[in-house]
Amino acid sequence: MSDLLRLATAGSVDDGKSTLVGRLLYDTKSVLADTLDAVHRASADRGLATPDLSLLVDGLRSEREQGITIDVAYRYFATPKRSFVLADTPGHVQYTRNTVTGASTAQLAVLLVDARKGVIEQTRRHAAVLALLGVPRLVLAVNKIDLVDYDEVTFSRIAKEFTAHATALGYTEDAVVEIPVSALAGDNVVEKSANTPWYSGPTLLEHLETVPVEPDPHDAPFRFPVQYVIRPRTAEHLDYRGYAGLVAAGTVKPGDEIVVLPSGRRSTVTKIDTADGELAEAAAGQSVTLLLADDIDISRGDLISVAGNEPKVTDELDATLCWLAEKPLRAGARVLVKHGTRTVQAMVTELRDRFDEQRLSSVDSPATLELNEIGRVALRLAEEVPLDDYSFSRRTGSFLVIDASDGSTLAAGLVGAPLPLLENGVESCTEGGENAAPDTHALVSPGP
Amino acid sequence: MTTATLDTLGRLESEAIHIFREVAGEFDRPVILFSGGKDSTLLLHLAIKAFYPAPVPFPLLHVDTGHNFDEVIEFRDRVVAQHGLRLEVAKVQDWIDDGRLQERPDGTRNPLQTVPLLDTITAHKFDAVFGGGRRDEERARAKERIFSLRTAFGQWDPKRQRPELWNLYNGRHRPGEHVRVFPLSNWTELDVWNYIEREGVELPDIYYAHEREVFLRDGMWLAEGPWGTAREGETLVRKTVRYRTVGDGSCTGAVESDAADIHAVIAEVAASRLTERGATRADDRLSEAAMEDRKREGYF
Repeated sequence: MSDLLRLATAGSVDDGKSTLVGRLLYDTKSVLADTLDAVHRASADRGLATPDLSLLVDGLRSEREQGITIDVAYRYFATPKRSFVLADTPGHVQYTRNTVTGASTAQLAVLLVDARKGVIEQTRRHAAVLALLGVPRLVLAVNKIDLVDYDEVTFSRIAKEFTAHATALGYTEDAVVEIPVSALAGDNVVEKSANTPWYSGPTLLEHLETVPVEPDPHDAPFRFPVQYVIRPRTAEHLDYRGYAGLVAAGTVKPGDEIVVLPSGRRSTVTKIDTADGELAEAAAGQSVTLLLADDIDISRGDLISVAGNEPKVTDELDATLCWLAEKPLRAGARVLVKHGTRTVQAMVTELRDRFDEQRLSSVDSPATLELNEIGRVALRLAEEVPLDDYSFSRRTGSFLVIDASDGSTLAAGLVGAPLPLLENGVESCTEGGENAAPDTHALVSPGP
Repeated sequence: MTTATLDTLGRLESEAIHIFREVAGEFDRPVILFSGGKDSTLLLHLAIKAFYPAPVPFPLLHVDTGHNFDEVIEFRDRVVAQHGLRLEVAKVQDWIDDGRLQERPDGTRNPLQTVPLLDTITAHKFDAVFGGGRRDEERARAKERIFSLRTAFGQWDPKRQRPELWNLYNGRHRPGEHVRVFPLSNWTELDVWNYIEREGVELPDIYYAHEREVFLRDGMWLAEGPWGTAREGETLVRKTVRYRTVGDGSCTGAVESDAADIHAVIAEVAASRLTERGATRADDRLSEAAMEDRKREGYF
């Protein structure tokens, strides 16, 4: 079993997310005495009777003043079973971009709802974003269960509604778990609660410790974006020419036939080098240096792929964008696309549709894509680029859209239409149309 | 088919190497901040591995407060010579001597590092500056990006930071701006020590238990040095101590410890009930938001 789990949290403002994360850190004894002292002091200064655990994680002065979380924060905790890297993402509507950030590398996401409010707009939006970004597993933490008197019926209703929504987004039932918790009181976070005798499932921490982590598939075709060419030009390594990078997908061995894209030149891997010596094989996630049999022209931005199972090389791209900038996207926009280690000029030629995460449907030909909106676009690239679908690989199917003038990141880009809903264009309605059926679950194809 | 799966340390190492190579591929004038402390020594170790068998394609920069531990400066110079590296030193004393900075009443020079750092970045047109910061150190750092954009004034605006998606880093910046890069972002203090053990990384001796004359101030054991000695009411005593962090001598405290080797240090860190900075850094104790304020000003 993997010894590391990357997870993200998501939820609306006031759902108690910081308190839940604080509770996880506190109850796993990941909080050290001096930090705890500071929280006790600060809580007392605010006139609170019990320590406010959200103070453990709300780091910036501006958010402590406003009592909200405004940016992704990373937390590290460990139990004897696993180490955890937790991306704590804020729930403010205008900060949904942070959910995208946290979710892009997460293997599991914990979504919070307030038991008194149930599944709300933000919950549906967040779940859609998590599904789109390919987060393999979800946990719904039904928080503040103490405030509904630990009522089983309330919990079951929320769990059922969420399962239906997650299934519509393509999740299988065993990929989604609902847990009744009180972050404030500690029920079912780390310790099993006596207040929910009707709940027989795991506590949140038990689930995080034992949930299977999908490994990088070893049978995927090999992909290797070249980061840097290593040429020592020293007496000892006069003719050394190595291609440095991180294996994005699949595995590679000396003797493997490869093709360099976009040039299409072929060669054979002669050696996999590292500072610790040669490797017999390298797999996804490993930083290595490849040496090839032929002296061909390869530089940063090229992709080395297994020969015979290559990505398509194209200058036209259908993609899904999560728009993260204040200024809206319009057709005709000139941008930069950073894919792998290559950055190319691009133009957005068409806005095809916008995803309506409330109705789980799409709106055709929108005039703009605004902050936090998700939609399908067509892009024309200034040069040909090797592209995999996002559903094949989160590493080689993803890209950034960058503002060429000020360098800011405008959008998270996913090659293709990773969300089955978007792909199938279920229940399309025109811009501003209000009459689409709210329940389109039955129209959705199985998961990614 | 079976392949070796990476453990936690292997994943952290691979991520750091990937970050070094991205910067080498996309920036014109990167520099590694190197003080001889454990995090910067680890940073250099990873940089050497990232470009093996070629030399590290960056120079090193040390912002020298003048309040150093001799062992650390000796170690710094030995490492630089051993790997044939280029070291730039920005001495806070030079800035004080020509009036650009003034000594603080409390004698602490840690906050004085910011101006020499920014001046040196500007003078050398450094566009990427590697630091050893980790997100587990402190709450304001928990929100730091791996690529952290700084204005021409070196300032950090938490609301202007870019979303960091997948492992695609956006290092674009305007002329005069630079990017601070933190390859150790996802490491914890224990990861650092476990990796130092696994790789056999050499550190200055002061990280291991030794005898030293120290005095107690604000709950911390401080050593005497060019920054001063015990004041009235404080007494020098000889104790067996070690350092968990190494910074300006005037505000870096030692901890009482018998951990004389790496195994003992790991056992001690794993059992510690105090954070690294809380235990040993007076400058972080100033206020709830001390680190946030210094980061905004351009400190690391």
